[in-house]
Amino acid sequence: MNCIIIDDEEMARAIIEQLCSQVDDLNVLEQFPNAIQAIKYLNQNEVDLIFLDIHMPDFTGFDFIQTLKSPPKIVLTTSDKNFALEAFEYDCIVDYMVKPITLPRFLKCIQKVQSTPINQSAPAQQTPSEENQDTKEENDLYINIDRRLIKIDIPTINVIEAKGDYILIKTEKQNYTVHSTLKKIEEKLPDDIFLKVHRSYVINFKKIIDIEDNSVLIEKDVIPVSRSNRPELMRRLNLL
Amino acid sequence: MTEQPNLNYIEELSAGSPEFKQKLIEILKREFPEEKKVFLDNYSQKKYKATAENVHKLKHKVGMLGFEAGYQTTISFEEELLNGEDSLFSEFMLILDSIENFLVTI
Repeated sequence: MNCIIIDDEEMARAIIEQLCSQVDDLNVLEQFPNAIQAIKYLNQNEVDLIFLDIHMPDFTGFDFIQTLKSPPKIVLTTSDKNFALEAFEYDCIVDYMVKPITLPRFLKCIQKVQSTPINQSAPAQQTPSEENQDTKEENDLYINIDRRLIKIDIPTINVIEAKGDYILIKTEKQNYTVHSTLKKIEEKLPDDIFLKVHRSYVINFKKIIDIEDNSVLIEKDVIPVSRSNRPELMRRLNLL
Repeated sequence: MTEQPNLNYIEELSAGSPEFKQKLIEILKREFPEEKKVFLDNYSQKKYKATAENVHKLKHKVGMLGFEAGYQTTISFEEELLNGEDSLFSEFMLILDSIENFLVTI
């Protein structure tokens, strides 16, 4: 079985390589400190297994998986238990190991990899949220929280704020924290109502109460408006 | 803080290979001061999201050096920073200082 290791941390790559050396017939073909280099490699080479760190700067492990048309088996390696739920959304992900990884845990993972049938026809991007696209209603957005798909009425959304690997969706009634990005949710929202006004904020501009030089007021929230986004905001307003 | 770092995990992983043990220690000695410096730079500028990323990276080293309560503190501190808070900074610094002192001895 041929594998590659993708992790921005040299220490983590060395540890996984050492663990792989303890298993017969498991060859580490290459190691990469970032996903971009790995994508280039995979364009020209086939592998059976990828050990993939989720938390990498610029391009996360999940971003990387989305780029693969026929992904091999993937084992996620992470220092964060919070991504386990999202990991289950991908057919290609066979296991999820939390660092520091011990030899017994690694051997268990390899057993799991060996007993999982190869299913290369499954697209990497087959996530529940996308499966739901076919049946979505125009005004609804379904978000995945604790394995439940919760419906949000899109026009009731006031503001969406980026918070690290999460987004905070503030609606008229309730707030929701979801593991996603502003870019992903922007794609799901009608652009005649929603507008990115700052790298960390998308607003429903129908909900604006007032505007000052570099901020807007929505409900009780003062939302910053970046200089580059201000012209588009002003263009959309029905100014007297 | 009573917890002290140890090499139990690295020794177990090395499976009797002194070369591998030495390799990991060298990486640790090289990466740790760099990661600590970036962490402190971002923290001093109150860039809490970037600081949380740095803490996330340091978390692996905290765990592999045998900290248990310290590992939980690191998890909580990372979450705190993502919420724009930093009450666990001093406690986290004790862990980093302990690692720094330990690395001089190995």
